[in-house]
Amino acid sequence: MTKTVFEKSIRSRPVYGELQPRAGGAHLFVADGEGAGAIVDMVARAGSAAAELLEKAHIIYTPGANGTDQFAALERLGAAQCHRSPSFAAAESRLRKVLADAHMGLQVYLAGTETVIGLAQRAAMEAGLPHDAVQTEHRGSLARRVQCVHCKGITESVTTDPFVCSHCGLNLFVRDHYSRRLAAFQGVNIDAEDPGQVPPAVERFK
Amino acid sequence: MGFEFNNETFRNDFTFRNSPRAIARFPFPFDRDDYMYSVNMEPHVPGRPGSVFEHAFDVDEHYLAEMRDRALVLKDDPLRCQSLPHMELAGWDLLELIMESKARDYPHWFELHKTGNRWTWINRPMEIEQTFTFLDPSTLPYGPMEYITRQTQGDFTLQDQRDENLWIEAGMVTTQADWSLDFDIGMSFHEWHAPVPLAHEKGVFDRALKFLLKLQHGAPVRRFNWTMTVDPLLDTSPENYPKWGPTKSQITLDNIGKRQHLRVELQTLWRLPRSNAIAFPIRCYLIKFEEIVTQPKWARRLHRVVRDLHPDLAAYKGFLRNRETMVKWLSQYDDGAPTSPGWWPED
Repeated sequence: MTKTVFEKSIRSRPVYGELQPRAGGAHLFVADGEGAGAIVDMVARAGSAAAELLEKAHIIYTPGANGTDQFAALERLGAAQCHRSPSFAAAESRLRKVLADAHMGLQVYLAGTETVIGLAQRAAMEAGLPHDAVQTEHRGSLARRVQCVHCKGITESVTTDPFVCSHCGLNLFVRDHYSRRLAAFQGVNIDAEDPGQVPPAVERFK
Repeated sequence: MGFEFNNETFRNDFTFRNSPRAIARFPFPFDRDDYMYSVNMEPHVPGRPGSVFEHAFDVDEHYLAEMRDRALVLKDDPLRCQSLPHMELAGWDLLELIMESKARDYPHWFELHKTGNRWTWINRPMEIEQTFTFLDPSTLPYGPMEYITRQTQGDFTLQDQRDENLWIEAGMVTTQADWSLDFDIGMSFHEWHAPVPLAHEKGVFDRALKFLLKLQHGAPVRRFNWTMTVDPLLDTSPENYPKWGPTKSQITLDNIGKRQHLRVELQTLWRLPRSNAIAFPIRCYLIKFEEIVTQPKWARRLHRVVRDLHPDLAAYKGFLRNRETMVKWLSQYDDGAPTSPGWWPED
């Protein structure tokens, strides 16, 4: 399992890199599903610096929405703190506490699906960390978190385009336009001009 | 000023219309017979008397009707006006800019009296008289940006400047060409322009950002943008797209003159003195096709621009499906004669 390669897109669509070990006073990792592999790979790249990094590391992990659970591999790293949460929602208060308590020099590493990267990045931004001070690496599912521009409801784990808004029931097409504040892509009614003419859904985000 | 405010609507029965005076002063955005994106900014200095460039903030015959429509949009959807917490000072800057400009340019309608920080604002057309303390939000019924933009035509966004970028972090957006403030608020310059086709590749946004980061207080600039709208609907928001989208399929050669409108945005950019933010008023002017063709130069030119426009732009602007009908109808008014440079109808 390696990092995801994305097609060229518009400027608001997030881009992801590859986690690199950095010097820091503390290291916070947030990952879901296959994102565990990105952390394991990064620690391997850290070489002789790995031990010191892990002594100051806090890992927060949730299984992927697709069921992938690689927590055991993270536990074997021997980080100072390694926490498994059943979902991101369940982990969020812990994450916000860690960010609020953080001192200068905190390094943040996010890995896994766009949803968890986006939500954790938003929490980091709200805690005052600039978004580009956070490293990200995409692994696993491409399912999207999408805001319906009409009713404002957010539908999680969208894999098809178009899809039906889980709140208002409109048929939405999925744009690449992305809001870091909402941690969501934008969904727009596909049959607004010709009501009822909805093309078949295609699985675009596996 | 030699005109009265129209009693008209921008929804339901759509009684909006332009008087002959308003047609003659319409900001026709094409200075030549073709169109492609460019940075196209020029100093926002007072222009010809009677034109929309005469004053810093143009007040025209649609003023009261537009303010009524804005109030209806906000009642339906309060998210059309948002300001992130750190943008309040920029809101005060904007309030001061607008109040001082209007009181200076339209003294028979607007007055501003200051005793220290105790200000009294009089808006006669809207029958408002408000005494408040400048920089104290508890003395106004709304936040400063919302207060003044409920009394000023055009949408407004406020951009914070930091990290060599501009961040759209406040706005009053009820007359927009299909973009969502609620979705875009918080984005950087390139992010909120991301969906625009062709212009990124041409470097338009890189150049525009570089230019704007250096914008100076007291030296505002302006540019045009434009699109097409069926019926005189100010609120062509993505939020309400399912409501207005179907009207695009109703355009025919018989009704296009009355129902198809050219929508022009006169955009100005102002550096604000206290916050160092940039205010971006986006003033929307609507004109029916049948009103445009009363000016022969504009009729010829609009036909040529629409006919020859890059299809990606026609698609982005949302009128690809009606372009053929537009061109066919407009062609009746194009005799092939050359047009003079510039946008003024009579030159």
